[in-house]
Amino acid sequence: MSQVTMTVNGKEMSGAAEGRTLLSQFLRETLGLTGTHVGCDTSQCGACVVHVDGVAIKACTMLALEAEGASVDTIEGQAAPDGTLNALQQAFQDHHGLQCGFCTPGMIMSAADLLKNNPQPTEAEVRHHLEGNICRCTGYHNIVKAILAASGQDVSSIAAE
Amino acid sequence: MYNFDFEKPSTIADAVSALGTEDAQALAGGQTLLPTMKQRLASPSKLVSLNGIAEMQGICTGDDGALCIGGATTHADVAAGAGAYPGLAGLAAGIGDPAVRARGTIGGSLANNDPSACYPAGALASGATLVTNAREIAADDYFQGMFTTALDEGEILTEVRFPVPEASNYQKFEQPASRFALVGVFVAKFADGVRVAVTGASEEGVFRWTEAETALSGNFSAEAIADMAPGSDGMISDLHGTAAYRAHLVGVLTRRAVTAAG
Repeated sequence: MSQVTMTVNGKEMSGAAEGRTLLSQFLRETLGLTGTHVGCDTSQCGACVVHVDGVAIKACTMLALEAEGASVDTIEGQAAPDGTLNALQQAFQDHHGLQCGFCTPGMIMSAADLLKNNPQPTEAEVRHHLEGNICRCTGYHNIVKAILAASGQDVSSIAAE
Repeated sequence: MYNFDFEKPSTIADAVSALGTEDAQALAGGQTLLPTMKQRLASPSKLVSLNGIAEMQGICTGDDGALCIGGATTHADVAAGAGAYPGLAGLAAGIGDPAVRARGTIGGSLANNDPSACYPAGALASGATLVTNAREIAADDYFQGMFTTALDEGEILTEVRFPVPEASNYQKFEQPASRFALVGVFVAKFADGVRVAVTGASEEGVFRWTEAETALSGNFSAEAIADMAPGSDGMISDLHGTAAYRAHLVGVLTRRAVTAAG
């Protein structure tokens, strides 16, 4: 076991990790941050997307030891300390961008990554960016709508499908 | 996955020495290796991460105009930084999904030489030079069949040098579930001729479609290869497509790539 230290949602955190410990496992089981979900564990579904040094990655396909010294942002760091949702989270609620909610942490983290680099994406760009995030409930329409709304675009003409 | 020792050296020399241990394995972005290890199809005793080696990161232009890409450069960085070679930047931008592109590296892809990976087609069609800690290998000598390359045990792909063609394009027909290339074709037009490399189709891995190269070198247009397709002998046949279907796709995608390259 090695000791690994990283800055998670702005706070320095450390814990023990084996070589094989995945970042997703370290966040969930060692740090207790269970908002990062593990859907497939094969880097297909995107429920485990977090940001490492500002870039969205799949935490199930990165070793915890690779994140030594890194800055990691997870879904737990998205809302304000008093629980107020950020604009993207609020848009998901307002536009019914989730049903069961399992994929939502990954959707939010992937969408945040998109909006950081492309503040006013087209619908096609949103859909393309979510290629690695799978939702089995919503059919994606309201997720896409929520992301477009969070980017400040008028979504009133997009039908609720 | 089974446990292993982990090292993350900061120089190529230290990485080479760390890889000297029996059953040690280099870890690039891990987007293929880690899933493979989870399935216990690989169980190295030690992983040596190449992600902390600054000299293997980034893109520059060599004295001869070639684009030099560090082996540990991610697909996302190639997509964003290889503007001097739009065909290659386009290829990198289409690999996997955004989160996979943020971790996966060019060196990892080329060292693995998956028969459906995109980069082998780009490197072979470009006539790239693959630089290792020990030597330089021409792309024509590097790819030696599915998951097989000229790399020796413990040899690290440190850099890839791409001559930049006058025109180029990569077209892939995605297998809809995995989004790997069912077939992918990279076309590169140089002053002294056209090179066409095909991934995803052959049981021998990436290959050059020389018949199309000859036709396109005389007349760089889709019409020059209008009814042409490689033979289906030796093409991959599986539940996603028959050998004949893949052979047909090679012709279609090559024509699309030529048209898109202009």
